[in-house]
Amino acid sequence: MSSGTHLKDLALSDTGFVFDPYTGATFTTNATGLLILHALREGLSRPAIVEKLRDRFDVHGDVETDVNEFFALLRQHGVVPPNFTAAEK
Amino acid sequence: MSERPLTVGVTGLNATDNPGPGVAVIRALRDADPNIRLVGLAYDALDPGVYATELLRDIFMLPYPSQGLTAFWSRLEYIHSKVGLDVIIPTLDAELPAFLDLEPKLRELGIKTLLPTREQFTLREKGRLAALGIKSGILVPPTAVVNTIEELSRVHHRVPYPLFVKGLYYGATLAHSYDEATHAFYKVVAQWGIPVVVQGQISGEEFNIVALGDGEGGLVGAVGMKKLVLTDKGKGWAGITVNDPALLHVAKQFMSATSWRGPCEIELMRDKNGQYHLIEINPRFPAWVYLSAGAGMNLPYAAVELALGRKPSVGTEYTVGTLFVRISIDQIARIEDFQNMVTTGEVSR
Repeated sequence: MSSGTHLKDLALSDTGFVFDPYTGATFTTNATGLLILHALREGLSRPAIVEKLRDRFDVHGDVETDVNEFFALLRQHGVVPPNFTAAEK
Repeated sequence: MSERPLTVGVTGLNATDNPGPGVAVIRALRDADPNIRLVGLAYDALDPGVYATELLRDIFMLPYPSQGLTAFWSRLEYIHSKVGLDVIIPTLDAELPAFLDLEPKLRELGIKTLLPTREQFTLREKGRLAALGIKSGILVPPTAVVNTIEELSRVHHRVPYPLFVKGLYYGATLAHSYDEATHAFYKVVAQWGIPVVVQGQISGEEFNIVALGDGEGGLVGAVGMKKLVLTDKGKGWAGITVNDPALLHVAKQFMSATSWRGPCEIELMRDKNGQYHLIEINPRFPAWVYLSAGAGMNLPYAAVELALGRKPSVGTEYTVGTLFVRISIDQIARIEDFQNMVTTGEVSR
């Protein structure tokens, strides 16, 4: 199963409830997490996701590190494969 | 004159904290066709399903099959004479051998069943899972059958610790050492006798499938489920339907390898690489089977249709993300019903 397919099939609600139909796992995420998941589904690169976060939210500090931490969480919960990384360009 | 309703007998009314599947099967059949006459077949006067007045009007006690086939058959004949059974859906592991023995006689009486053959029934026994794995291509954890404590002392050469010590019918105890395994071995032998099955532990998440086979290698339908809440006995108290094609492929492999006829529950562990390992196959509907009806694939009704020789009307899809959440409630019962179950062994409301 490719990471793209898996992400594509996630059920994402506007309230931040996430359901993985493959594993039955459910998660909750905040608005920034939701934005990242939608962005990954659209195939956006990591820099594009960071830029989108800066545009949409009043964020300060090291956004890239936060995004990387979120990716680590996705890997940890099996939402994306262990070797997953977003495109750099 | 009204047409005689389709009459279906269902066993396993023990909807306790370790529930029999009967009440779930009855609910699914009731959902599919409110006109079916459902007949409860109970082994205990206090089986909770007996007192589910909104689901059942007719209930009969059955003697335990261990009391002998003659008594068991005689009771079934009597029940048939009273209600005219068209189909019986047995739902308990321990009674299935008796129903397999009686299947030809039931057929002579005009009572249909949807049972595996004796050979199919044997193929999925816990002690034969390794062979089934080879035949079907399904991954199976290292498994060994032991009859003596001496065999257990050497089993780690084939099945490394930690391992599960299992009875042939029920129960599994995780053992991390020979001492723990010995304790579990004697406990299983005292309760279920030998042989004892030893199975390697697979780390991961448990998934279950309820499936229905057509007896010719085909899969009529299957619903995958992930347990969300477990009781202290390891029984699912809540669960959610999932749809991983790799999971449902296991059901197809099993049907194809065994030509299984009837319902079954396939228990699997999903490892960290997403691979499924077969833990157990139960030769009947699971207690959570009402979820299949709730998700749009009513497998108990499909089983009745198949038993009657009809083409099952069940679709090929179900709603992913449908949950079941069990509830523990106190039913209020009439003493007349209890009294009749104890004295005459039957209730007709």
